[in-house]
Amino acid sequence: MRSPPIPEMATQEVQLNETLAHLKTESDNLKSKLEEERAKLHDVELHQVAEKVEGLGQFVMKTRRTLKGHGNKVLCMDWCKDKRRIVSSSQDGKVIVWDAFTTNKEHAVTMPCTWVMACAYAPSGCAVACGGLDNKCSVYPLSLDKNENLAAKKKSVAMHTNYLSACSFTNSDMQILTSSGDGTCALWDVESGQLLQSFHGHAADVLCLDLAPSETGNTFVSGGCDKKANVWDMRSGQCIQSFETHESDINSVRYYPSGDAFASGSDDATCRLYDLRADREVAIYSKESIIFGVSSVDFSLSGRLLFGGYNDYTINVWDVLKGTRVSILFGHENRVSTLRVSPDGTAFCTGSWDHTLRIWA
Amino acid sequence: MTIRTVRPDHVQHIRPRMHCLKKLEAIVVEMQDPTSGVKGSEQKLNVTTIPHVITGKDIIAWIVNKMKTPTEEANVFGTMLVAYGYIYPLQNHRKLIMCNDNSLYRFQTPYFWPSQKWLAEDTDYAIYLAKRNIRKKGMLEPYEQAHYNHLHKWLNHKWDFIVMQATEQYRAGKERKKPDRVVFDCQERAYWILNRPPRHTHSAMDCGPERLVDPDEDQIISFDQYRRMNVFFQQAIMRSKVKSSVSLGALVKYITTYKTHDPFLAPCLPSNPWQTDIDAYWTLNMRRVDLPTKMRVERWSFSLFELLTDLRGRDDFKIFLKKEFSGENLAFWEAAEELKWGTASSMRTKAETIFKTFLAPGAPRWINIDGRTMGLTVKGLEHPHRYVLDAAQTHVFLLMKKDTFFRYLKSPVYKDIQKKALNPEPQNFSPAQLEQNAQNRSVGIHPIILWKQEEEEKAKAAAASAPVDVKAMMSKIDRKK
Repeated sequence: MRSPPIPEMATQEVQLNETLAHLKTESDNLKSKLEEERAKLHDVELHQVAEKVEGLGQFVMKTRRTLKGHGNKVLCMDWCKDKRRIVSSSQDGKVIVWDAFTTNKEHAVTMPCTWVMACAYAPSGCAVACGGLDNKCSVYPLSLDKNENLAAKKKSVAMHTNYLSACSFTNSDMQILTSSGDGTCALWDVESGQLLQSFHGHAADVLCLDLAPSETGNTFVSGGCDKKANVWDMRSGQCIQSFETHESDINSVRYYPSGDAFASGSDDATCRLYDLRADREVAIYSKESIIFGVSSVDFSLSGRLLFGGYNDYTINVWDVLKGTRVSILFGHENRVSTLRVSPDGTAFCTGSWDHTLRIWA
Repeated sequence: MTIRTVRPDHVQHIRPRMHCLKKLEAIVVEMQDPTSGVKGSEQKLNVTTIPHVITGKDIIAWIVNKMKTPTEEANVFGTMLVAYGYIYPLQNHRKLIMCNDNSLYRFQTPYFWPSQKWLAEDTDYAIYLAKRNIRKKGMLEPYEQAHYNHLHKWLNHKWDFIVMQATEQYRAGKERKKPDRVVFDCQERAYWILNRPPRHTHSAMDCGPERLVDPDEDQIISFDQYRRMNVFFQQAIMRSKVKSSVSLGALVKYITTYKTHDPFLAPCLPSNPWQTDIDAYWTLNMRRVDLPTKMRVERWSFSLFELLTDLRGRDDFKIFLKKEFSGENLAFWEAAEELKWGTASSMRTKAETIFKTFLAPGAPRWINIDGRTMGLTVKGLEHPHRYVLDAAQTHVFLLMKKDTFFRYLKSPVYKDIQKKALNPEPQNFSPAQLEQNAQNRSVGIHPIILWKQEEEEKAKAAAASAPVDVKAMMSKIDRKK
């Protein structure tokens, strides 16, 4: 009677048998199986469910404010929780805090690097974070004293090995989530600059991220040049879901307000909606006549509208449920690089390479 | 005026992917079709006659017809053709836009089409500028002169080669027929305006910082990566998924619930501040108002998450819980949130306080969670990390969500606030009034001031509600003796 093989010897045998080709076949098989499993549960399309929903009327959205003051391309912006202030960053290293309602510039910081591609407003409204080609994310506490030099209190928080593409505070001023051209995302403790968690899995530059608005608030989604959108567990650092349906770089990802889905915008000129519970892509927002990349996307408060800023200088507004385009907005004179809806949904702000920001409502 | 500084050569000149080029080029080829393309004609430019010149309005009409889009969108598309350098303007050559009139344009020669394969090198630019200088001194524009001086410094080691090339090209150019030379000069000028745009020119070649990874390179996946991918796929296959009808139904339900609260879909009362320049909507919805608006109170009923996220709603919920003497669940949830989102250095102390206040046997605000969760949490607190209270927090949240929340919605506290809530009248302004409003935009209160007020209020509330730890007090007194 043969005795059972000793465990160590068995694993050695298995390892010898595993060639790269063998693994690749297994990988392809698993991928098809996953698609099969997903398809089994796919019993209805979004537009079918949307048939019972009433259509949208005509929209009149106009530029309500034009913020001029940056001397070069505006790359990123973020809203303050007070619903009227914004922070914006540009190619020439300037980061400006505006009261968009009055169009007054309240604070200005000059970063020691060009291409400040990421900026974020702290939830308390007392600080801003920014970074770009300096590979870092720095936090600047804001002050009521107009004459105070904000750069003096600057705190260097994140350190990546390549450019910083996006940053976001979590639910408090104490933690920052960053994504970088070095292919990783990371969670940092602001006070100490300590790296709390790093997220590896993208095969190329990570361009964008968004935190989940759910009650548990423990996940975030990132999009990269590897055409993948990954959903991460902040606690373990693991990638828990991954979607690869885009044909080019994903420039922007944004959660649906309920946290059960997210939208992405890509250089392939499409925006797509991914359902996290069904684990699949459920809608593509595209038109034959739209061939230029989407740089940024955001939802209106109810999630019915999806706003997309495009590289052909326009903004397209999509009906999320029916998949149709409800409006196209003109006004910028160069590509729209960033787009965010205000915290109470009363307006959205776009930043453009034409050096201006516009508020639309 | 900014001079483009030469960045250190990291040997990674990987331009961001230009996915649109294939489709653009296909359309440009169609536009040049002799029968179905855009009709060109000969035009006189100074003294010379150039062939194949097209007008802006013909181009836009062709696009409208081909892509079935309205004129404004076709205009945008036309501008992109110019911004990418497939078409260049003959007059006003520094503005890379398409004008829907008799402005003159020409198709750029494929040699100069944007391509992923070769970049517009500084050496080539130097040769071009040197050639222009040879032809006629002082012909360079100020921004070009600045580039030239800069390149002369940086490429000084190659300068003999550059001058030699420039002279060669100049001589070769002179041997061409005049019309051909003029055309080539226009094409070359357009190419360099695109790739080294002057300050106020918006060129699509100006595409941002380079990528770290080459998007066109074939990805070599390692042994390890395959292993990890396979584990990921296996987990993904096993993860429970929901039927599309269920999850999509939930998305639709969310939209329907929030429809009347979306300022883009329903008017916000009294008015949208961005449209009327009156910030009453924000003032009525501030953090600490005595009476919230009816819409705000309605929103609290949508989910426990909404109620707790709106701090004014959380206050109301606390009033209800106080009446029921069951405030410890919410207090624990809040403390757990503070732990999760707090600074790394404060975690240990916070964990200890939470244990003493909520979890220890006989704790003053002991929370009633199941034995298993309690056991896991207490064990985890021996080596606290920021997610140590996750299990307990979720349990408590679900308890509140499934039971307390619904009792709150039926309670006199909620019904009372619903009745008292404000219902502002919609504001309508005449154009003259709107002008006035725009002149008198309110400055509001700075968030830093509001934050400081909040912190003070929180401290006061914490001091007021902290349960008196009789044992500690007694031992303090004992020690004093």
